[in-house]
Amino acid sequence: MTAYGLSVVQILAVAVGGLLLTGLMAKVRARAEGRVGAPVTQPLREVVKWLGRESPRATGGALMGVVPVVLLVTTALAAAIAPLAGVGTAGAGGADALVVVFLLLTGSLALALGGLATATAFGGMGASRAMTLSALTEPALLVAVAAFAVPGRSMNLATLVRYSLAHPAGVASPSHVLATVALLMVVVAETGRMPVDNPSTHLELTMIHEAMVLEYGGRDYALVSLGGSMRLGLLLGLLATLAVPWGVAPSDSVPALGLGLVLLAVKAGALALGVALVEVRTAKLRLFRVPELLAAGFVLAALAVVVGVVVR
Amino acid sequence: MSRRVVPTAAGEVRARASALLETHRLAAIVPHDEGTRLKVVYVFLAGPPDDRVELEVLLDAVAPSVPSLADLSFPAGRFERAMRDGFGVEPVGHPNPRPLSRHGHWPAGYHPLRRDAGPRPPLASDTAPFPFSPVEGTGVYEIPVGPVHAGLIEPGHFRFSVVGETILKMTPRLWFVLRGLERLAEGCTPERLVELAERVSGDSAVAHGVAAALALEEALGIDPGPAVSRVRASLLELERVTRHVAGIGALANDVGLSVAHARALTLVERLSRHGAELTGHRLLRGVARPGTGTLRAPLDGVLYREVAERVDELVGSVLANTVAVDRFGGTAVLCAEEARRLGTLGVVARASGLGVDARVEHPFAPSPPTRVSGGGDVRARFDQRLGEVRDSLAWLERVAAGDEVVGPSPSRSRDGAGLGVVEGWRGAVVHRVTLDGGRVARWSVTDPSFLNWPALALALRDTIVPDFPVANKSFDLSYAGNDL
Repeated sequence: MTAYGLSVVQILAVAVGGLLLTGLMAKVRARAEGRVGAPVTQPLREVVKWLGRESPRATGGALMGVVPVVLLVTTALAAAIAPLAGVGTAGAGGADALVVVFLLLTGSLALALGGLATATAFGGMGASRAMTLSALTEPALLVAVAAFAVPGRSMNLATLVRYSLAHPAGVASPSHVLATVALLMVVVAETGRMPVDNPSTHLELTMIHEAMVLEYGGRDYALVSLGGSMRLGLLLGLLATLAVPWGVAPSDSVPALGLGLVLLAVKAGALALGVALVEVRTAKLRLFRVPELLAAGFVLAALAVVVGVVVR
Repeated sequence: MSRRVVPTAAGEVRARASALLETHRLAAIVPHDEGTRLKVVYVFLAGPPDDRVELEVLLDAVAPSVPSLADLSFPAGRFERAMRDGFGVEPVGHPNPRPLSRHGHWPAGYHPLRRDAGPRPPLASDTAPFPFSPVEGTGVYEIPVGPVHAGLIEPGHFRFSVVGETILKMTPRLWFVLRGLERLAEGCTPERLVELAERVSGDSAVAHGVAAALALEEALGIDPGPAVSRVRASLLELERVTRHVAGIGALANDVGLSVAHARALTLVERLSRHGAELTGHRLLRGVARPGTGTLRAPLDGVLYREVAERVDELVGSVLANTVAVDRFGGTAVLCAEEARRLGTLGVVARASGLGVDARVEHPFAPSPPTRVSGGGDVRARFDQRLGEVRDSLAWLERVAAGDEVVGPSPSRSRDGAGLGVVEGWRGAVVHRVTLDGGRVARWSVTDPSFLNWPALALALRDTIVPDFPVANKSFDLSYAGNDL
């Protein structure tokens, strides 16, 4: 398969997979509450349904039409270059961890601007909270990825995964385990899950991500919703790839890539299941305690780097 | 217990009220439109022993006014504003005579509770917009929320003045569900009035139903007897348990513990079904009637014990979560002095350390022991409600086992009026009824929410915005009961 083919497959996998993971996590919550819950495919069906609707936009909210596109394009680009199913993606040479984080941040920034564009109190409130938390999660995210990069001496994700595949014993190193835990904490915050943000709440005053997107409707909302799910899929996929790299196809043979895709789905699914199971037992943190959680994530990540450099 | 009526000249009200407020609380100001004149009744309550004093002031129907008591008692100021909007009685010297219940689009001079008010006139343009006091300073901004909310909540508008995430001031605007209930009651039969009372606030059907029945019995001179009182007391506690369990679950849900919430809802459902067996209605309607009241099925002591055990498990799981405990602790503190000065009632007051409980002050039947905790934060209100659930379930279990309960005999007055005071699950509900030829001439309702709403606004100072839902739920106030 060509590099471009693999990238397209990865984008589709992240899009569909992200929606299914969202549905899976909602299903786990429903079952824990003693409800049957909506089918796992519900978010997918909803996005398809909303795509067929017109998008009402606030007066002066022209930005609302741009935001979903920016969010979707940046997330798709990150999904295209990152080594998820295989390392030989188009643009793998540029798949630097900094680039991926920058792409994700561009999406976050677009969402925040969209929240401000409508000039409603909730949008501004959500944007302000999201940016505050972003300022704390992004450094932790970078440092955690850097910890994975220490053994291979490269911030390029493809090189990093290749190195990891060639040296499987490294997965059991203290640095690797610490970095995995730190990255997990960051992913939970970055995707707006408990205990940082409650994706299922109806209480506007407590929202972070949802407050920014309250004003979207129809096709716009479908794209924003899809973008949010793709971020979840991408981040869980990246976490799975970095933490447990086996299965990521080092070659471009179709069977190897197929296996890589299946294993990616299994790993991301298992991660989502684990996060969801922890989530239903977790209360939402007081907003001012969230920085403490993220600081802990940062410290763990920094520790992972130090341990990785010292213990060799 | 007896009700003393003291005819008072308008000029003497302040002196008399000031003396009474040393020992009594002002429970209601009830204006009556008698055509050529207006009668304003100031209801003062104290107990134990149960004492009820009414100052009766007669006013001219044209441009009526009374001296304001707002500087003597905070509740008086609220009652006076409601009286000004409903009847056009001017409280002279009121420090803050803003409209309270008045709809912004009512034409000037329209007082809907006056007899000659007629049908509602066409709505005029909103000439007097609701004045939210502006809060200014660097970085201060406003968040308007409601009256339409994202969830299934009653309508209310909240205006937050916020710096960063910290609330400087919150002003609630209510009366979006003003239904004109008091006016609707005029001309009703006593039975019909109780049906109406059961619909004041859906979650307090027993409290309002019994309060109306007690008021009617006093007005009619009926003694319902101990068996009926026992039924009423039991239903009142069942309502208390059901609503508190629902509230405990909702508090857990507001910090994200949706599993605990789901478990609480299953208990609420079982209690509601049990209630339907007892009364024929899931909200326990239909039993409180003047002079009568029987249950269709026996109380179920086994159920009460099981619910108590389940509640303990449920609460254990919530309080074992350190994050939940952190969210509850120190949030939205209402100190005892503030609670006292605002005239706060019920669970909110008891969680702030005030020993106010109409079951003790104005008993009509035996009841579970009252309990007072302190602290005044969300955690204190959570614990207070939990404690009351345990007390009420243990008491219900004893009553179900057939323990003899004997209450005080009710008062009888033949001046055609009656007062009903009941400790509902939120706090003291006060109904006052005047009959004329066997029909209701005037019915006045005071839900504890009316006096507790300002306490919520005060408790929110220095609370952060995302903690508002859990703080609001810990007060658990009624919009319908407040708006009437």
